[in-house]
Amino acid sequence: MVLQHLDAAIGLVLTWDMFFVMLSCAVFGLFVGAVPGLSATMATAMLVPLTFFMDPVPAIAAIVTTAAMAIFASDIPAALIRIPGTAASAAYVDDLNALTRAGKVGRALGISVTASAIGGVFGSLVLMFAAPQLALVSLNFTSFEYFWLALLGLSAAVMLGSSSLLKSLVALGLGLMIASVGMDTTSGLPRFTFGLTSLLDGVAFVPALIGMFAIPELIRTFVHRDTLPPVAPIGNPFALFRGLGGVLWRRKWNLARSSTIGTTIGILPGAGSDIAAWISYAVSKRFSKAPEDYGSGSEEGLVDACAANNSALSGAYVPALVFGIPGDSITAIVIGVLYIKGLNPGPMVFLTNADTITAIFLVFLLANLMIVPLGLLAIALAAQVLRVPKKALAPLILAFCIVGSYAINASASGIVIMVVLGLLAYVMEENGFPVAPTILGIVMGLLVERNLVTSLIKSDGAALGFVERPIAAGLAVLVAVVWTVPVWLWWRGRRSGMGKVRA
Amino acid sequence: MKLNRRIILSLAAAAMMGAALPATAQEWPNGPVTLVVPWSAGGGTDATARMIGTLLEKELGVPVPVVNRTGGSGVIGHSAIAEAAPDGQTIGVATLEIGSMHTLGLTDLTYKSYTPIGLYNSDPAAIFVRADAGYDDVKALLSALSAAPDREFKASGSAQGGVNHLALAGMLLAAGLPVERVAWVPSEGAAPGLQDLAAGGVQIATASLPEAAALMSAGLIKPLAVFAEARLDAAPDLPTFTEASGHAFALGSWRGIVAPAGLPADIAGTLGDAMGKVVNHPEYLAFMKERGYATQWTAAGDFEAFMEASDAALAQSLKAVGLAKQ
Repeated sequence: MVLQHLDAAIGLVLTWDMFFVMLSCAVFGLFVGAVPGLSATMATAMLVPLTFFMDPVPAIAAIVTTAAMAIFASDIPAALIRIPGTAASAAYVDDLNALTRAGKVGRALGISVTASAIGGVFGSLVLMFAAPQLALVSLNFTSFEYFWLALLGLSAAVMLGSSSLLKSLVALGLGLMIASVGMDTTSGLPRFTFGLTSLLDGVAFVPALIGMFAIPELIRTFVHRDTLPPVAPIGNPFALFRGLGGVLWRRKWNLARSSTIGTTIGILPGAGSDIAAWISYAVSKRFSKAPEDYGSGSEEGLVDACAANNSALSGAYVPALVFGIPGDSITAIVIGVLYIKGLNPGPMVFLTNADTITAIFLVFLLANLMIVPLGLLAIALAAQVLRVPKKALAPLILAFCIVGSYAINASASGIVIMVVLGLLAYVMEENGFPVAPTILGIVMGLLVERNLVTSLIKSDGAALGFVERPIAAGLAVLVAVVWTVPVWLWWRGRRSGMGKVRA
Repeated sequence: MKLNRRIILSLAAAAMMGAALPATAQEWPNGPVTLVVPWSAGGGTDATARMIGTLLEKELGVPVPVVNRTGGSGVIGHSAIAEAAPDGQTIGVATLEIGSMHTLGLTDLTYKSYTPIGLYNSDPAAIFVRADAGYDDVKALLSALSAAPDREFKASGSAQGGVNHLALAGMLLAAGLPVERVAWVPSEGAAPGLQDLAAGGVQIATASLPEAAALMSAGLIKPLAVFAEARLDAAPDLPTFTEASGHAFALGSWRGIVAPAGLPADIAGTLGDAMGKVVNHPEYLAFMKERGYATQWTAAGDFEAFMEASDAALAQSLKAVGLAKQ
């Protein structure tokens, strides 16, 4: 159905108005994304009143472009100052940062921008050609399937990081404990909140993310006089990206695999780009020839996680357009705008408004393609930040951390959460505990718990319910394999007395 | 870059809250009027508030930044409105939850903590089953429910104690059935609950009609009745629960503009007049119609009476499901 409407759709998309809207939204998205703490969701929500006065296609284009740019741009502070912008980018923030420290900032962010674009384009193409059919598949997922999927995401912690399995598990446990703070989803009763209203909705995630990654860096800057190697003068900024094409070409199968994983997970309304990025990163490590590089500057892991991240974002529009079910907070906003513009989501919209929907799909493609030139430009500019001495930069970073933690809920409690978790992360890292599993625990803990408890309510407490549905059973087997294989390998390794422990 | 200015303004406005001086209508509005939304950006309440903010800005001639104070199941935002200085520089959107939060023991705030300006929307909940379910009306469903053992039927549509849960519990009570008859499967909101219904995870879901529109048009779920006093303009063929079953019951979520308690009467009057123009603005009406939100304007005293009635109805349902603290 896409092709016969292409002519009309191109007419709607290739206008000067659209070019202006998309370009200015792209710049706005880049700005919001690059400032730590200002989120893509915030940026899109602020655009909504402006879209009231636009035609349907530019209105959607404004939001899609802003979101795509903001999500990519949040990788810039992740690389430069180790503040991940989203839960998904927390999966690969250490690799980005390690590459930056090795003087390869252009390479690291170049991989991020191009892999993101390729994943996004892949997801958009899937959306164009198979949305109605795939949306039906997503309706087969209930809490039983989501429980196993979330558990699979959690299992990624076991395979992540370069430290020991035991330390990863301890860090994961800490994250799960933090996730249990807040209103209990089943009974509606407060849990571990100490009577504080600000903790009723749990430990705010963005301040936790900022605190756990940025604060240890800041402390190390001063305590250990830990400074980045001085950057060689950057004559031609585009020299930063030398060798990028080769890296991506060698990783073409990774790109295909991760885009598929990302799109598949993105299509499910109960699972988003965060699970996609973590699972894809873990799969990547599992099948990599150099798993020891992961967490300390693996280009391969970066390619996989970034591609999965952005393809999942495109995938999230499948249930949103076909059934009006939001996959994440940005698609929730887009659904609202679709209603305002009379493009009520539903299977009928593909027939009644085929031209407009096809135009929107083209916008997805364009927005993802625009990431590349604008993203590379932004990186070349942002990389100059590295020439500032770190000790001069640190107070500025701290200011951004505070503003970002405050802005998310317009509440000072976010700043307290950031500082407390930041100190915890510093102590953890000083003792060789990775923080990524803790973040994963905070993100996934609630999902695992919610889906476990609702499943138990549905099955009246019977464990059999978890494997009765075919997809749930399949996912259960996958989880079992993921958990038993490393244990078996470890046991065999010990028995054979090789003593060759993975670093 | 108007948007950057918006960020800065809303941050500045948030910082200034509580630092303002007493005011009268002559000098009101004195600078930006902050509109506090207790729910997150992108949700339905946020969308309506942003529309109102944009139009109110034109009426008042000052910026009306929308600030989302989320968290604590709405407690944080509702507190932020109640605790602001009653000078008209901070107003907010109160929602149905102001009636249930204190009964749940989450806060001491009630509708009495506010100066009511006006109720602009109320969307009754409706009851849905899968399109291939064997019931064509509420009577058939209720007789199936009265014959079934406890907890055989599962329903979803909101968190525990959320409006859609209370709608289902209220329906069961009105029909003379025990609330334990249907097990409530908590969900993060209406959309995941309805998706679970379509996926076959639960047999019943309660939600407002606009929330279910897409799944209805896909032919996957069907509404049986709406918990309203009268049939809705948007769905004239759908009977009310009272018509269909003979038991009286109505419940739905609502949204209204409030100011902190103790707002001087002249400011409340000016604000009420400005809001009265906003809710009759063609752009506002078109927006609400497109989103499927019902529109109304119930000002000041009548709004207070409405909140009182809503409060009592919620307390009764919450007691029945065993969530009331008082």
